Amino acid sequence: MSDPRLYQIATLASLLVYGMAWLDFDVTLARVVLLLGSVLATQALCDRLTSARFNPKSALISGLSLCLLLRTNSAAVALAAAVVTIAAKFVLRIRGKHVFNPTNGGIVAMMLLTNDVWVSPGQWGSAAFFAFLMACAGGIVVNRAARADVTYAFIVFYCALVFGRSMYLGEPFAIPLHRLESGALLLFTFFMMSDPKTTPDSRAGRVLFAAMVALGAWYVQYRLFRTNGLLWSLAAFSTAVPLIDRLLPGRRYSWSPAARTDVAARLAA
Amino acid sequence: MKKRIILAAVAATVLATASRAQAFCGFYVGKAGSKLFNKASQVVLVRNGDRTVMTMASDFKGDLKEFAIVIPVPTFLEKDQIHVGEKALVEHVDAYSAPRLVEYYDANPCLMSRREMMMPMAAQVDATEKDRRASSLGVAIEAQYTVGEYDITILSAKQSTGLETWLRENGYRIPDGASNVIATYLKQNMRFFVAKVNLGEQAKLGFSYLRPLQVAYESPKFMLPIRLGMVNANGAQELFVYALTKNGRVETTNYRTARLPTDVELPLYLKDKGEFGKFYTAMFARQVENENGRSVFMEYAWDMRWCDPCAANPLTSDELRQLGVFWSANADNSPAPDVFVTRLHVRYDNAHFPEDLVFQETADRSNFQARYILRHPWTGPDSCGTASAYHAQLRERRGEEATRLASLTGWNVADIRKRAGTPDQPSGPEPAWWERLWKK
Repeated sequence: MSDPRLYQIATLASLLVYGMAWLDFDVTLARVVLLLGSVLATQALCDRLTSARFNPKSALISGLSLCLLLRTNSAAVALAAAVVTIAAKFVLRIRGKHVFNPTNGGIVAMMLLTNDVWVSPGQWGSAAFFAFLMACAGGIVVNRAARADVTYAFIVFYCALVFGRSMYLGEPFAIPLHRLESGALLLFTFFMMSDPKTTPDSRAGRVLFAAMVALGAWYVQYRLFRTNGLLWSLAAFSTAVPLIDRLLPGRRYSWSPAARTDVAARLAA
Repeated sequence: MKKRIILAAVAATVLATASRAQAFCGFYVGKAGSKLFNKASQVVLVRNGDRTVMTMASDFKGDLKEFAIVIPVPTFLEKDQIHVGEKALVEHVDAYSAPRLVEYYDANPCLMSRREMMMPMAAQVDATEKDRRASSLGVAIEAQYTVGEYDITILSAKQSTGLETWLRENGYRIPDGASNVIATYLKQNMRFFVAKVNLGEQAKLGFSYLRPLQVAYESPKFMLPIRLGMVNANGAQELFVYALTKNGRVETTNYRTARLPTDVELPLYLKDKGEFGKFYTAMFARQVENENGRSVFMEYAWDMRWCDPCAANPLTSDELRQLGVFWSANADNSPAPDVFVTRLHVRYDNAHFPEDLVFQETADRSNFQARYILRHPWTGPDSCGTASAYHAQLRERRGEEATRLASLTGWNVADIRKRAGTPDQPSGPEPAWWERLWKK
């Protein structure tokens, strides 16, 4: 598949259907329509303002991720989240690269600015964990070179921290395993953390970034005892990416192989 | 460092395992409260910001000499942070939030809660000799209080074996295997809150039952330790958590929180004495199975200022304050504070619930209740032309009600039909679609 985003859209859409039909997610069809409609509209508007070609794929991924993660009873807040998610890509840029993964930025902004949103990390349950894992791992296979290193590095660091703490405390293995068998963790790892547009450009930078996010998430979850450690940590350390890129420079990522070659050619020139 | 207290093992490890009475306590049609379930612990968690007030009610029915609870707490508790509450308060929250059976034309009865007087606290116990023995085991007795009918000891320990020895020497029956679990809590620098009944005080106070213990603390942790309670448990245990919060519904973050099936129409015979309770326990067991035994169930989520229909009146401002709703005004006639109640029901065992329950408060204020409906048919004169169509529809509806009840509980549909008095329905498999095709 030339564009890994098509696989991502298909997977996220299937997960959403599964969550709504079988897991009784707190999201209605009307809310899905509202979120997807507003991310696409915002994207179209921003593309027009910046004279770029309309790019619905990234907006759809962000919109589907919002449907899966963001919970609110207020339609206005949902609409605001969708607008912020997309608009931040165009506004918060450093050296032409957007700072926050759009969905992550949108959710964290809403958590900071309002008291009306929440994320339900437990709602996936563990019944579907392995099917979920296959779908996510499938993404890696399909995406092949699409910077899976940051995903692997994050998994290694996060597992080491969760297992390490349990071993230190003498907890049975069932406890860290249960903590890792989480749909929310997989969704984060494979669809948010791995975003090639917002992770550092060099491999060393990405591994460093993965370690920072894993440590931050673990700290929020198991030392500060707050929920959504993954989301807070990713948002916080995303602000360090420009610095990492400066210290450990690398080639900028582009979704389509043709554009990737273009960038490479330009860099080589 | 900020004081941190962890919640208590709800499940508050009732160490003595006396055999319990199997008989269901009295309930009336209209409500399926926690008493339907044996071995049930009930915990009221009042939470706002980092402040928590926890009320633990036990249904212990054995010899009071045998009763003791051991709860991991991460830091020292002052005497004033411990309180003995009224049993009626927990009963009232249970009644208010219980799954309900409703009829189209009947108002639901309301429960009146019983009032008791607060009892003064008794003097502290001197225990110099005990202190010496404790320190030789690496156990530090940080404080001892008598609160109401309870003797309470706050312990810390360097090693779990020391704590275990100390508990055994002091007459607590610690189950085998508990020390591994205790060790993991000790490594997190937690203290242990140990309570047993002071029989002298108990006799003086004159209560024939155990009143719930309450503790108030400040900690970012919003969780409930259940692991100690599972050490020697035979089979699954039942836990009801009533979370009282300011903003919205509470859910678990490390287990799935599922809603129970609700607003379904069921056969009328469920109104008979005991039938709704049987239905509810069977339905709950079936739901646990459907979720592979790994989910927490939400039975009720509602703004505490009202209810519709009411299984019991909402709690008064005074009752809420006694349960620990600290954001309410103290004046007796103050308006009801902003309280959202979430009733969670968990059936847990070691295999399916390996770690303690962790909660979060959400911004969700949508109301939810486990509500089951009886729809009475028209029994008045029906000589009009459309009556036969109505009766045909009624038969169909009764069939659907029976099938629905069977699928919710796993009961045999033929038995249900017999019981529901629908003999005109086939008791075997459904007729084939063509059998009804040309029938007049």
